[in-house]
Amino acid sequence: MSGKLLTPEEAIRRTLFDGARVMVGGFGLVGCPLTVVRALNESPVKDLTVISNNLPDPGVYLGRTLLLGKVRHAIGTYFTTNPDVGRAHVAGQLEVTLLPQGTFSEAIRAGGAGLGGFYTPTGVGTLLAEGKEVREIDGRSYLLERPLTADVALVRARRADALGNLVYEKTARNFNPIMATAARTVVAEVDEVVETGALDPEQIVTPHLFVDHLVIARERL
Amino acid sequence: MRDRVARRAARLLRPGWVVNLGIGIPTLMARHLDPDAIHLQSENGLLGVGPPPSAAEADPNLIDASKRLVTRRRGSSFFDSATSFAMLRGGHVDAAVLGALQVDERGRVANWAVPGEPVLGVGGAMDILAGVRTVIIAMTHVTGEGAPKLVPRCTLPITSVRPADWLVTELATFRHGGSGLRLVEIDEGSSLAEVRARTAAAFEVDPEAGLREEGLP
Repeated sequence: MSGKLLTPEEAIRRTLFDGARVMVGGFGLVGCPLTVVRALNESPVKDLTVISNNLPDPGVYLGRTLLLGKVRHAIGTYFTTNPDVGRAHVAGQLEVTLLPQGTFSEAIRAGGAGLGGFYTPTGVGTLLAEGKEVREIDGRSYLLERPLTADVALVRARRADALGNLVYEKTARNFNPIMATAARTVVAEVDEVVETGALDPEQIVTPHLFVDHLVIARERL
Repeated sequence: MRDRVARRAARLLRPGWVVNLGIGIPTLMARHLDPDAIHLQSENGLLGVGPPPSAAEADPNLIDASKRLVTRRRGSSFFDSATSFAMLRGGHVDAAVLGALQVDERGRVANWAVPGEPVLGVGGAMDILAGVRTVIIAMTHVTGEGAPKLVPRCTLPITSVRPADWLVTELATFRHGGSGLRLVEIDEGSSLAEVRARTAAAFEVDPEAGLREEGLP
């Protein structure tokens, strides 16, 4: 069996701490590591900065993390579908940083790739350009965007091998592979762990060096 | 009425194109497209979006960017979000059809922030406007209260400084070129007088606008 395998409770206890920056995969709940997020909600950790496309769904999973008061700062692209985010933000209990989805994705990619940032045409001349350096390159204007990194990434994959190589499931892939590159410690929730060598190397999306811990999913969509 | 907008916008797409459909009226367009001719890209990581599944086909891990269950076409592919936005921002997607709250004389689009509410969602709209080759706005001509959505200058926060290329409503189709908005088609149930009455923005009129039934220049 894999030396990386932990229970969800152990995975949270070993990796998360008060004030941590944590990336959580998923586009809504699709590709969100439900079992690990539930363990996070049952743990005492607080004051988290959560880097996730949104905080899904109202009242459950990351939406519940928010209601439990564990989230100090949310960084993502689309919080409109969870009205609790607006309420917490208006009440001054939640800092929100909004990024265009392509900028958010690329910032995570840049963070994982060791880059200091990147110039993107997205957002030039809009409210989301405020405070950002504008640079003209070959006649076109770009914004300087900084990389995103985290202490911990909680990701969801379909299957791992014992070494921690990952393959994904349809549109549940979304932000997970890039988040797996951008955090110091990575916990991957999977449906099953197969023996090393059982995954086709041509199909592996996340090589094992990015993955620290594996958790078997107890709940799924 | 929304379906009429969707049908008219669908006529602007060319066989072989890769197209991203936004939230709102654009989601109604799929049924007006030839699935063998148009490849739908969804920014959550799927190229080759198929129609909604039967109960037996439904897979909770197979959704589009509106979070609706979908199927996939033959030859489809899955990819991560950074790759998806490399496609969109990098100019590899032929067209996007987006909804809008306002469009102005410069072709600028406002479709992400609503006045008086905290701004908490932007999604992929800014990246799509920044990079997709042809941007088509599909929207109702006026708001629910009857206020023109085609205005001299957007009063809502703009999504991009890049102008939309086409604007389609239930009354008319406009092209945005270097010299501003140009009315190129009037719906057979409408008239130039009605379009003028319900539009706050200035626009030129193509001499053939009222005559054109099918196809666009």
